[in-house]
Amino acid sequence: MAASSRAQVLDLYRAMLRESKRFSAYNYRTYAVRRIRDGFRENKNVKDPVEIQTLVNKAKRDLGIIRRQVAEQSTAAGRKSGSSSRSLGKPCTTWP
Amino acid sequence: MLLRAAWRRAAVAVTAATGPKAAAPTRGLRLRVRDLAPQSAVPADTAAVPEAGPVLRPLYMDVQATTPLDPRVLDAMLPYLVNYYGNPHSRTHAYGWESEAAMERARQQVASLIGADPREIIFTSGATESNNIAIKELEAAIQPDTSLVSVMTVNNEIGVKQPIAEIGRICSSRKVYFHTDAAQAVGKIPLDVNDMKIDLMSISGHKIYGPKGVGAVYIRRRPRVRVEALQSGGGQERGMRSGTVPTPLVVGLGAACEVAQQEMEYDHKRISKLAERLIQNIMKSLPDVVMNGDPEHHYPGCINLSFAYVEGESLLMALKDVALSSGSACTSASLEPSYVLRAIGTDEDLAHSSIRFGIGRFTTEEEVDYTVEKCIQHVKRLREMSPLWEMVQDGIDLKSIKWTQH
Repeated sequence: MAASSRAQVLDLYRAMLRESKRFSAYNYRTYAVRRIRDGFRENKNVKDPVEIQTLVNKAKRDLGIIRRQVAEQSTAAGRKSGSSSRSLGKPCTTWP
Repeated sequence: MLLRAAWRRAAVAVTAATGPKAAAPTRGLRLRVRDLAPQSAVPADTAAVPEAGPVLRPLYMDVQATTPLDPRVLDAMLPYLVNYYGNPHSRTHAYGWESEAAMERARQQVASLIGADPREIIFTSGATESNNIAIKELEAAIQPDTSLVSVMTVNNEIGVKQPIAEIGRICSSRKVYFHTDAAQAVGKIPLDVNDMKIDLMSISGHKIYGPKGVGAVYIRRRPRVRVEALQSGGGQERGMRSGTVPTPLVVGLGAACEVAQQEMEYDHKRISKLAERLIQNIMKSLPDVVMNGDPEHHYPGCINLSFAYVEGESLLMALKDVALSSGSACTSASLEPSYVLRAIGTDEDLAHSSIRFGIGRFTTEEEVDYTVEKCIQHVKRLREMSPLWEMVQDGIDLKSIKWTQH
């Protein structure tokens, strides 16, 4: 497989940030966005294509984790507790 | 006790407030919104509570008590809670084999974080059980004068790091077993059981962004350390801890250890910066604040401050938007000042005014700034109300006062 191009890496970066902003929990959301930015910035000068591919593969796996967890937590957050007078409304900013 | 009762009253008062509040939150913070805690005690036929809008919950600064699950840990655990639910000790089918494989993978992850061999890791229900396994019977081992040294790696109340490598060297030269409770240290500072000559180590899952209810004990094989099992039964975990190993939990512990190994440097750097920020900003705005614990040998994420002339519990109640603690959760029911603070020679009155701030992987700069702001505001307010503070301002030396009995 040809090593990932700059464009692909940037696409991945944007996709990860976009997905991370959908975490309903404040602490997870802020952590994911911050960690992704810092992570990509830290590795921006890596030249070795093998190393780049390893990093990209890990990032793709992490993107999968974020997607799954965002989905999982939004259904859990939507689960109603005892009282039926609660409406769903805005997503909450923290995970309880 | 008082604190929880007051909190419950406040929470009820908020839910009963009439009229929806305008949404517009200006800061990312204070919207610990939507209390989703199940309201099991609420009967369905009580007078209808008007729709009050989201309930605010405090922001979390008590990571020494427990930590939230890292999303990567939960992701690793879920398959074993949903589809791969086999008993890891079942030898006769794929459910058992895949569960066992996951358990052994987790064991390797834990071992790798502390420089151990996987055969030296026994899964337990937590660091408390691990401590009991490690310490029990070891003192009464073969020779009457064989003894055991047991030390916490990082203290959970004041964050002080013990000189583990030194202690390990001394114990090893005197042929004395060395156990350390590393619950607050694993995954946060580099640990190597061989470099530090550790014979036994306790590990806790929920202190490192893993699940509650799981931990591990490291038991050295070379030279062999013998321990007696606390829990007997089917002989699992090399006979040292019988009982089915809870695969989803140990997978979580393993994932937490692996994530910790990757993130240790990044987290440490960030937490140090945030800790510096918290301490500097509080101390430059408030006089008579003491940081408890040796500042040099200190884990940055656990900050214990004493605010003179302010009672700790009243400050905690005032800071109701921030989840904090004074003293350790293990002794929270009693009103005794912390034994740790007493041991380091803190004055009794300063010990009663101590608050512990916990900064972790998920703590944000915003949360730190908010906590600092509220802390300064409330300390100032409480001091204004304090007659002791008034006396100090007038130049009276409190130590010279003769308090009368009446």
